[in-house]
Amino acid sequence: MSAPAPTLSTTRSTPDGRARSAARLRAPRRRRHSADRPRRSVTLTLLTGLVLLYSLVPLVWLIVSATKTQEGLFGSFGLWFDGDFALWENITRTLTYDGGVFVRWLFNTLLYVVLGAGGATFLAVLGGYGLAKFDFPGRRAVLAVVIGAVAVPGTALAVPTFLMFSGLGLTNTPWAVIVPSLISPFGLYLMWVFTSEAVPTELLEAARIDGAGEARTFFRVALPLLGPGIVTVSLFTMVATWNNYFLPLIMIKDPDWYPLTLGLDAWNSQASTAGGEAIFDLVITGSLLTIVPLIAAFLLLQRYWQSGLAAGSVKE
Amino acid sequence: MTNTTRRLMRGVGLLCAAVLGTTACGGSGGDDSGGEVSASDVRAALEKGGSITVWAWEPTLEQVAADFEEKYPKVDVELVNAGTGNDHYTALQNAMSAGSGVPDVAQIEYFALGQFALTESVHDLAAFGADEFDGTFSPGPWNAVRASGGVHALPMDSGPMALFYNKDVFDEHGVEVPTTWDEYVDAARALHEADPDVYIANDTGDPGLATSLIWQAGGRPYRTDGTDVTIDFTDEGTTAYTGTWQKLLDEDLLAPVTSWSDEWYQGLSDGTIATLAAGAWMPANFESGVPKGSGSWRVAPLPQWKEGASDSAENGGSGLALPTAGENRELAYAFARYATTGDGVRARVDAGAFPATTEELESEEFLGTEFDYFGGQKANEIFAESSANVSDGWSYLPYQVYANSVFNDTVGKAYVSDEPLAEGLKAWQRSCVEYGREQGFTVNE
Repeated sequence: MSAPAPTLSTTRSTPDGRARSAARLRAPRRRRHSADRPRRSVTLTLLTGLVLLYSLVPLVWLIVSATKTQEGLFGSFGLWFDGDFALWENITRTLTYDGGVFVRWLFNTLLYVVLGAGGATFLAVLGGYGLAKFDFPGRRAVLAVVIGAVAVPGTALAVPTFLMFSGLGLTNTPWAVIVPSLISPFGLYLMWVFTSEAVPTELLEAARIDGAGEARTFFRVALPLLGPGIVTVSLFTMVATWNNYFLPLIMIKDPDWYPLTLGLDAWNSQASTAGGEAIFDLVITGSLLTIVPLIAAFLLLQRYWQSGLAAGSVKE
Repeated sequence: MTNTTRRLMRGVGLLCAAVLGTTACGGSGGDDSGGEVSASDVRAALEKGGSITVWAWEPTLEQVAADFEEKYPKVDVELVNAGTGNDHYTALQNAMSAGSGVPDVAQIEYFALGQFALTESVHDLAAFGADEFDGTFSPGPWNAVRASGGVHALPMDSGPMALFYNKDVFDEHGVEVPTTWDEYVDAARALHEADPDVYIANDTGDPGLATSLIWQAGGRPYRTDGTDVTIDFTDEGTTAYTGTWQKLLDEDLLAPVTSWSDEWYQGLSDGTIATLAAGAWMPANFESGVPKGSGSWRVAPLPQWKEGASDSAENGGSGLALPTAGENRELAYAFARYATTGDGVRARVDAGAFPATTEELESEEFLGTEFDYFGGQKANEIFAESSANVSDGWSYLPYQVYANSVFNDTVGKAYVSDEPLAEGLKAWQRSCVEYGREQGFTVNE
């Protein structure tokens, strides 16, 4: 943990920033309190413990189940290991089943995340910066549109989007998943608020006075200050794209272009047809493999997820 | 302007399909030239080569596609699993409405074929010379693909019913394997009394099973003549079914487990579900989904409604149809023909599929196959006999996919409340009548 105090001024008004700074601010104080009075709230500890258990049980179940054979899945207690430990065998079979189609789906998902979520983050950063730091007519109207867009669930847009892409002849191609993923109203909103707080206008003015063009000002001065916001937005868009199910479901019919979500669903529904092969063990192992990259991304990006680079750079 | 209109039409079609999960929105067939396709056209197409897309979930087709490509090197078959059952039909209907991405060949179950045939979304293969296969297929599937006049698919497999039972469970509790449905109820009582965890079967409301058993009992609730439809769930056969099934429901003798769920596989594995009345395609599912039950399960003829009778019915089964909006119909027909007759069938039977062709059904090799899973039993003898005993005159609704989708909203009540099963069927009938009329059918009750 870094020193908590200077983070406050810059992240005051981002929703996440506020919660985090508040937590950081409170943390040392509570420690001091508990040093004075070593009595802790039992109720609160129990409650948080319950919530922790509630959120961890599915994960534990998934990990435990991934070590079982299909026979073991039906024959043993769900939250404990079965006699034979089949995790490695399951992983191998998951990666090789049906000509290694799982690996193909993994690459598809990565493609959608890199192009879709990456593009969405890039556009959100550009848009957020523009809206926060440039004054132009119609800014309030844009604000209304963005807030409105945040409120529209993606599911409601799915059918119109499908019709549009069908008209463009893009259904059943990767573009049908990538292009809609490029738009992230919430990401734009987040970058907008973050930029207006994290990048002092004085700093930009100073850069301009020193003769830097707009592009240079953005890339050399503003962008480095936006790191925490960019990481936050990219995590959001990444998770959204990684887990996206409904959009690819209606857009893509060719299993060669399935993302992992659709692929696993297809494997799962194999068990429910005459003549289909039930592969619950592979569905479970595949699900575990699917969430590993997300967990890794969170752990790796966590350290960038802090703010305060520009703290104290200008007098307020 | 025309463009806008066309897009609007597509939109309406798509919404119909997406929202209701079914079709019958009216004939939105593609550009069907409607011309005849002769055997020499097909031969020429095979020599010229090209590629076709096949939408099917049936796993044995992989081998067939590979064999076909080897036999005709210039032809490329792309096999796509676009979902199974209803997912598949929704996707197919969406593609047909959108007018793009329609496969050249599609697997369609017999119960769902009517709606595609009626809207002329699939080719009438009689124009391709499919009449030559009269007598090639067993009567059940052949009647099923000819139900709406013409030949709307080539039968790929069939599902003559049999009773699968867990011999170990029956032996353990000293219960005889039932040969009539009355004995079945007695066996259900005896098993459940001996071990309260054991149920004779699972059922939470399965339209496929209900219609198949009504079929076997001689009930003919659906009659279709073009767009003229009659639905009547009060005939003698239907009453026989509701009477018996009501006893099982009243005495809580059916496990409240939905078929094809993981709980169901678990019940079949651990012996708490003791029997299963299903189609002859079930052995493959047993082998992959219930490995632990190997050696415990056996096959018996389906219990009879009247003692000494030998009636049977179909449950499941599907054919290969050619969507009219697909391209390259000559190659598509060649593939469908290859997969459903001749060498394609042998490859599929070897991979565990149950055929629809009389030649295979009557061959010594097929009948003599010993199933290790069923303790070395020659199960195909029972299936083949069942196939020959399927009673005729059955037809599904032209919108059976929709009907099945509302089964649990209507008949399902009988499974979770005191409402009688017969009342549930009446509610199902009302719901289907109403929907049919909305879709422009003339529906009589």
